[in-house]
Amino acid sequence: MKAKVIITPKPEVLDPQGKTVQTALEHMGCTGVGEVRVGKYIEIEMDGDADTVKAKLSEYADKFLANPNIEDYRLKLED
Amino acid sequence: MKFAVLQFPGSNCDQDCVHVLQNVLGHPTRLLWHKESVLGDVDAVLVPGGFSYGDYLRTGSIARFSPVMQAVKEFADQGGPVLGICNGFQILCEAGLLPGALIRNRSLQFRCEHVYLKVATQESPFTQAIPEGKLLRIPIAHGEGNYFCDAATLEELEARDQILFQYADRDGDVTDHANPNGSLKNIAGICNTARNVAGMMPHPERAAEEALSEDDGRLIFESLIAALNPASAPA
Amino acid sequence: MSADPAITPELIAEHGLTPEEYERIQEIVGREPNFTELGIFSVMWSEHCSYKNTRALLKGFPVESPRVLVGAGEENAGILDIGDDLAISFKIESHNHPSAVEPFQGAATGVGGIIRDIFTMGARPVCAINSLRFGELDNSEVRRLFRGVVSGIAHYGNCFGIPTVAGEVYFDKSYEGNPLVNAFALGVLRHDQIARGAAKGVGNPVFYVGPATGRDGLAGAAFASQDLTEESAEQQRSAVQVGDPFMEKLCMEACLELLATGAVAGIQDMGAAGLTCSTCETAARGGTGIEIDLAMVPQRSPGMTPYEILLSESQERMLIIVTKGREEEVKRIFDKWDLPWAEIGFVTDTGQMVVKNHGVVVADLPASKLADDAPIYHREAKEPAYLSEVRSFTLAGVEDVEDPTEALEKLLEWPSIASKNWVYRQYDHMVRANTMVNPGSDAAVIRIKADSVPGGDDREDFPEKLVALAVDCNASHVYLDPYEGSKAAVAECARNLACSGATPIGTTDNLNFGNPHNPELFWQLKESVRGLAEGCTAFDAPVTGGNVSLYNQNPDGAIDPTPTVAMAGLVEEERHVTTQWFKEEGDAVILLGEPADTEDALQGLGGSAYLQVVHEAKTGQPPRCNLEIERTLGTTLLGLIQSDLVKSAHDCSEGGLAVALAECTFSDLEARNTPRFLGAEIDLSTVENVRLDALLFGEIHGRVVITTSELDAVKAVERAKLLGVPAQRIGTVGGKQLKLRTSTGEHHWEVVGLHDLWWNSIGNAMA
Repeated sequence: MKAKVIITPKPEVLDPQGKTVQTALEHMGCTGVGEVRVGKYIEIEMDGDADTVKAKLSEYADKFLANPNIEDYRLKLED
Repeated sequence: MKFAVLQFPGSNCDQDCVHVLQNVLGHPTRLLWHKESVLGDVDAVLVPGGFSYGDYLRTGSIARFSPVMQAVKEFADQGGPVLGICNGFQILCEAGLLPGALIRNRSLQFRCEHVYLKVATQESPFTQAIPEGKLLRIPIAHGEGNYFCDAATLEELEARDQILFQYADRDGDVTDHANPNGSLKNIAGICNTARNVAGMMPHPERAAEEALSEDDGRLIFESLIAALNPASAPA
Repeated sequence: MSADPAITPELIAEHGLTPEEYERIQEIVGREPNFTELGIFSVMWSEHCSYKNTRALLKGFPVESPRVLVGAGEENAGILDIGDDLAISFKIESHNHPSAVEPFQGAATGVGGIIRDIFTMGARPVCAINSLRFGELDNSEVRRLFRGVVSGIAHYGNCFGIPTVAGEVYFDKSYEGNPLVNAFALGVLRHDQIARGAAKGVGNPVFYVGPATGRDGLAGAAFASQDLTEESAEQQRSAVQVGDPFMEKLCMEACLELLATGAVAGIQDMGAAGLTCSTCETAARGGTGIEIDLAMVPQRSPGMTPYEILLSESQERMLIIVTKGREEEVKRIFDKWDLPWAEIGFVTDTGQMVVKNHGVVVADLPASKLADDAPIYHREAKEPAYLSEVRSFTLAGVEDVEDPTEALEKLLEWPSIASKNWVYRQYDHMVRANTMVNPGSDAAVIRIKADSVPGGDDREDFPEKLVALAVDCNASHVYLDPYEGSKAAVAECARNLACSGATPIGTTDNLNFGNPHNPELFWQLKESVRGLAEGCTAFDAPVTGGNVSLYNQNPDGAIDPTPTVAMAGLVEEERHVTTQWFKEEGDAVILLGEPADTEDALQGLGGSAYLQVVHEAKTGQPPRCNLEIERTLGTTLLGLIQSDLVKSAHDCSEGGLAVALAECTFSDLEARNTPRFLGAEIDLSTVENVRLDALLFGEIHGRVVITTSELDAVKAVERAKLLGVPAQRIGTVGGKQLKLRTSTGEHHWEVVGLHDLWWNSIGNAMA
């Protein structure tokens, strides 16, 4: 199955990139823009049932895919 | 000649370009802040290197929306020469003034070192005065200088002789070993079909003085100056 | 508002304050401090901010010379006159503990911090260097830290647009889990551009500039002042400081533009201990008081307490005291650069640092006492037990090499000696178009031109200057003899400058040591400072500032004591700039200094790289450093260079004469993948009474390998001797091999093979 890992900076952590994109959007006259957070999106093909994949991916994300010091992540599974 | 060097928040090679054009080559040069919407009286525009807007989102992606870039587009449309160096090349690609894009180096690391450049064509204002067969030794300094475009665009670039510079080895051979970032066809610099807009990843402004042990970069600026004013061409 | 925790002995201890210190605080305040005030004291009285354990020792450093315009400890960084109304400001600072926790951001913010220190002085930062220490590369965790630190430095420096022109990297088990990240920056200014961090002018408004304050690096200064444990690291993880070099670049340009208007009465960056340190220090320096309201401070996270706002170490923030009536100019410049700003308070004449939150006083403390009256400790020092073993080490059990072929190869491949190109190719070392000597020679040389000065310099004929920089410390030697090793660190720095054609003018040092409460570790510190002070005095290179980082240890023990020395020098003329690699076939190779030291029982092998690499022993009394000899060597070498006799110069350090010679044959790099090789034939067969391993790999000090044209060889040797420096011709440049003849035989290596080992060693380990 295809697993999707969405990684974003922790809410507490400064995100200079998000802040700069937000300011740029405002300068371009784009309205209705609130806080911007720029993260990463990873797609991984995984074998196994949903629970196993979730458990494994959580481990991989904790250990490697995300930086636990500054990033949070969410998992999404697709059949 | 009168030059304008653009200045975006995060530009950091702007002063270096001014230094070479003004102090080394003796042509009046002024910095143009990104919020300006008129270029004024200039003969050529340089888009310098650096990290405009911190290179956030994509390199060059935010700078291209600056008011000054609209003016640069109009200037280029009228045939005015525009040279983008490093981040300037990235900005010109994002702005659609040049085809293709610069993606992350295949080493995934920033690379700062001297390279040899083969001048692939002398048919451009930026290369016309470079002696035939001359290899240029010029530094690169970038993390995202890997030139990429689709197959059709590449074919067109080649067909129309738009490739200006290619990474080469000491013997002038364009080899994979000599490619510092994974660029298609070792592309280090290109021009548009009208040949008045060019972009290059290497930094000629850092190699324009004997004091820095290298002045090959000067040839590119001198080419441009000679093209703008054939009467002033060096003997 | 949530109630502050009650002040208990436990809470006081958690803040790293002793019961005696707490009593002193009560005396100063004249009452019980509240929770916020306790936090303020804890950071201001941490070692990082107060130097309470080291201030007494540091008094031994030479700090004066006719060049000193701003001396050590006066401001954020010292300033030295370099002639023609120009000056340089430079400093080195550590970010060790944050880098251990989060290597990328820790190192990045270390670079950001030191750059801010420099532009706060009114100078335009024009180059950076760094000194790094890690465990050994066969450990994957070490590789992670190394990779992270290097890319963090690259990220920040490259994006900011400052060239990183030199550095040093060592790998040793003692740094496992506690890497050292010492970052240095240098800036240029005219004498009339010196800015001060003093809150002058009662009634002047206080501006906050830069991004909003978050809970980043909460109490980082206090964190840097305790042993690094799993627990303390875990606490810090929740509050990693994130650097934004783009913001810093804007902040610098805006500040320099602003300083030129004359509207600034005082300026100070918010580094360690953030808002706390900057407000009380500016008031203390100005002899004034300051009052701010935290409600005016831009905040990134909702619900931050006064304690958190005051102690936050969010990056890229500045405190600016503006001359009253000129606020509009300030706002206009910050708006031009899209920089967030806020007016948060004003200067008073009370001598108090008063902090309000929505009008309610949350802290009211005497500024100067807070900034300057931290306790000063004279810690107990005791010679470490391991030294008796070190001193009793002899070469009796060490077998000499018969064939040195493999030993030289192993040494060149040893990561501490191997080429650092894997590191410096990731740093932009040429931006600003001033780098005359790139990384890979003994010292970097940069040019100071008109656009190096803030705002540019419009003199008709700008008097360009050439500044050379080197950073050195052989910590193995310091570990084995802190006094001699520290003298040698200064001497090596000066030697590297001389090899590049420069005269030293000033020093900045970063003392990285273990826990000062351990008498043996404090002894290391004390002895080291004594050695550094003598060294800097000998070279007329006063200490203009620096940094102390204590508590560098992991559960297995302390790091090797590492007093990193960075020195700046001036090159008089462009033609004096000299590099280390051989230049032409047929040139004469000359050794300045003695080939062997017969008075050293270990013949220069004590603490050597050779003993560590070939015999797996880091022990033995390291070679003595005679400062008189070093000084004479330096001035003599400079004299030869200035007489246009010298074509290349390279000092002998780790790995001794053989490694130095090898480096001369292959370190010239024309371009990517294009090294230039020039071998040599060396004849040392007249040197007697010395072991072969000591002759080739011994690390006795005071030696430089130079080359001259064949024609100048005799003149150079005779002149050196006349000036009191032993000198002899030892060979000739040429061929594709390094050939060494000694009294025991002849040995040769293909230069291309040696280069391959040396150039690729670290890259291969990191692949």
